[in-house]
Amino acid sequence: MADKKEYKVVGTRPIRHDGVDKVTGRALYGADFHAVGLLHGRVLRSPHAHARIKSIDTSRAEAHPGVRAVVTAKDFPEVEDKIADLGEGAANLKDLQDNVLAGDKVLYKGHQVAAVAAIDPHTAEEALELIDVEYEVLPPVIKVLDAMQEDAPLLHEAMKTDEMGEKADKPSNIASHFQHKQGDLEKGFAEADVVVEHEYTTETVHQGYIEPHNATALYNADGHLTIWCSTQGAFAVREQVSEILQLPVSKIKVVPMEIGGGFGGKIQVYIKPIAAMLSMKTGKPVKVLMSRADVFEGTGPTPGSYVRVKMGATKDGHITAAEAYLAFEAGAYPGSPVGAAAFCVFSPYKVENGQVDGYDVVVNKPKTAAYRAPGATNAAFAAETVIDEICEKIGMDPLEFRILNSAKQGDIRIDGPPTPHVGFVETVEAAKDHPHYSAPLEGENRGRGVASGYWPNFGMASSVAINVTADGTISLVEGSTDIGGTRAAIAMQAAEVLGIPAESVTPSVVDTDSVGYTAVTGGSRTAFATGYAAYEAAQDVKRQMVERAAKLWEVAPEEVQFADGMFSTVNGKEQEIDFKGLAARLDETGGPIVGRGTANPDQPGPSIGVHVVDVEVDPDTGKIDILRYTATQDAGKAVHPSYVEGQIQGGAVQGIGWALNEEYIYNEKGEMTNASFLDYRIPTCLDLPMIDAVIVEVPNPGHPFGVRGVGETPIIAPPAAIANAVYRAIGVRLKELPMSPGRVLKTMGKI
Amino acid sequence: MPRKVHVQTTINGETAEFLCEPRQSVLEVLRDVLYLTGAKEGCNNGNCGACSVILDGRLVNSCLVLGAELEGKSLETIEGLAEPDQLHPIQDAFLENAALQCGICTPGFIVAAKALLDQNPNPTEHEIRYWLAGNLCRCTGYDKIVRAVQDAAKTMSSEVSA
Repeated sequence: MADKKEYKVVGTRPIRHDGVDKVTGRALYGADFHAVGLLHGRVLRSPHAHARIKSIDTSRAEAHPGVRAVVTAKDFPEVEDKIADLGEGAANLKDLQDNVLAGDKVLYKGHQVAAVAAIDPHTAEEALELIDVEYEVLPPVIKVLDAMQEDAPLLHEAMKTDEMGEKADKPSNIASHFQHKQGDLEKGFAEADVVVEHEYTTETVHQGYIEPHNATALYNADGHLTIWCSTQGAFAVREQVSEILQLPVSKIKVVPMEIGGGFGGKIQVYIKPIAAMLSMKTGKPVKVLMSRADVFEGTGPTPGSYVRVKMGATKDGHITAAEAYLAFEAGAYPGSPVGAAAFCVFSPYKVENGQVDGYDVVVNKPKTAAYRAPGATNAAFAAETVIDEICEKIGMDPLEFRILNSAKQGDIRIDGPPTPHVGFVETVEAAKDHPHYSAPLEGENRGRGVASGYWPNFGMASSVAINVTADGTISLVEGSTDIGGTRAAIAMQAAEVLGIPAESVTPSVVDTDSVGYTAVTGGSRTAFATGYAAYEAAQDVKRQMVERAAKLWEVAPEEVQFADGMFSTVNGKEQEIDFKGLAARLDETGGPIVGRGTANPDQPGPSIGVHVVDVEVDPDTGKIDILRYTATQDAGKAVHPSYVEGQIQGGAVQGIGWALNEEYIYNEKGEMTNASFLDYRIPTCLDLPMIDAVIVEVPNPGHPFGVRGVGETPIIAPPAAIANAVYRAIGVRLKELPMSPGRVLKTMGKI
Repeated sequence: MPRKVHVQTTINGETAEFLCEPRQSVLEVLRDVLYLTGAKEGCNNGNCGACSVILDGRLVNSCLVLGAELEGKSLETIEGLAEPDQLHPIQDAFLENAALQCGICTPGFIVAAKALLDQNPNPTEHEIRYWLAGNLCRCTGYDKIVRAVQDAAKTMSSEVSA
């Protein structure tokens, strides 16, 4: 269906439609929302990592002047113990409710316990100090391997391991163990000339979006609840709030405000149901905002993990066997991204003999949430550095090794499904051909490393409606919150179909009552799947416009063709009219035109990235500097290349932060000790060079323009690429993330 | 509740008066009292720069200054940069270079960049990176932001010389 085509709009770089609002400060984000009579809510959080709640007394807070309502878990309705699909990861609703306001136990420092609505934020903060909670403090367990021990403190006393489909007989912190297997592992390792096996650990890291979570809710006397908030998925908020508060979805309207970053972390709800409960009690609109510390301590980061990878290869570079053991911290409730890690760990490669074991383990940390290619980065850090060591041992160029072992369409993956149409070889070749890869790198303590990252991408449901305007423009109504320029990427796909400029589209992201169901902005799906729905809606408009032209010219619709923005009659060029001209004549040909499109595409097309990095290590301090960075990635077809580059650059830099210094630091009480942007240090522009983003285009046959999602892949490769570069710089292999100065010096044997 | 303070100040060239609690920061006054919500709260402790404003010619984090301190001072915010019919060259450069994704840090970056170019019209890449290190962006990796500031500097110096 899609091959390398030239387009008029797709592939160009128009100014984004929401741009002026965002550079002038006029765009309204969740926290910017204001309503008459607004009350302000604040949340009391657990000071302990693990404790039983013996009692909560809210009477002093309720009596505080200016306080209008207090809520605790007692105010929740009963919910079923069932799993809900949240778009980018599923969650048990009882767990979700318990995570929103703790019931019998608090399971991490920062766990929400109670909330107050008051006349202003400071009064609400004062009132939190007047809530008396009596705790019985329990021993915490913070690290995945500790939590897996038989004598570890149990978070959920009744939870038993799902051991490959069978329930174990004893309670455990291991929520589940699964296994994928293919071929004959023993035979594969016996055929290998080189076998490399290592253990790796990674720490908890946060998405680090700059905008804290926010929600304003208004519950009306007629039973209708409206929530204004920043979210990756207005419909996902609606579903979760509906289940948590046991309200029908039709009674809830979620209005997505502009969103200040999410990266997977703004799908799960935390304070939205609380704002709703406070509004139900007061009858007033209630705005609840998180502080930065709340965000670090109380919202889902991505897991710390223990990963062991063993790989064998022949001396001419063929992988003969690969094995991975993945133990992931789910946080306080089951549901780490270990499943995604398992299908990504060896997916770029053809592995005939393989086994992957995954363990989902609860620990006394916030429940993990999705974070850009969730799970894949942890896994790739291990697999891609093992590969680097194999290449060193057999004397093979690491990019050649990747081309030689690349999985082709139809090759069966260890986890079962066949490899879809991928552009891995083309992406590796782009890295190999880039001047960076062959540039000399001189100087002491400097090294170059490479690594690749694989992400399958997601499709899922999207809806779009298009209204044709009399001046020849269209308004495009969509349900995907725009987190990084997707209004433009979606509008451009409709414009391409209709032969109009991108500027002739007015895209609007609307509330859940005003557009059909649309899944979250996540899974690298928005430009792909909502773009697909926009394509379908534009096709619907085109069909109707053809009928109008036929009516105008008194010919059969089959006699009207549409090409290059022009409607004309098939036989010769007796009649022609452009989109704008015809749009002005809708009234006389039958009235308004509304096009509709829905999509639930099942071939998102994986996106693979290959990164090349030069580092310099300071042997005295252990600090790693990034000297040069090149990231190549298959975008299928880049709809708006500037924003595709932006995704690649931003993802790479998040990966660099993860590689070099980001981590939750815990004390022995299980308290995070660095819950601020000062101490949890994300990269600043001074830490970085320019990031050269190279777009490779191997069209995805599952999309009319060949689009593949690009958002998640670029975070995967950086830690492994940097570790491989560090090895070439100083001769030691780092197997712990982050590769902070202390860990570098320790690995060098200097401390 | 503490008694409110009356403050008279200049915001974006115009006289402004407001009442605020002594404990309210400039950021709270801008957002919650004056409804100038272009300055954003990302951390409320001076580490992210999303609330950057220019106070008497100096770049500051508005979350670290008290509202009452604005008495008699002059404040520039993101809302004051564009002319009614024309964006500021830095704003144009951010759009042309696709230097924003989610946009939450953008007002802070633009204000910080203006403070830089006001005092150093031709900064090197390193000077730009050094100056903007107090502003965090999690989406872009900074590449396009740095390029946008470089482009804006070029445009603004050619406008001056023209």
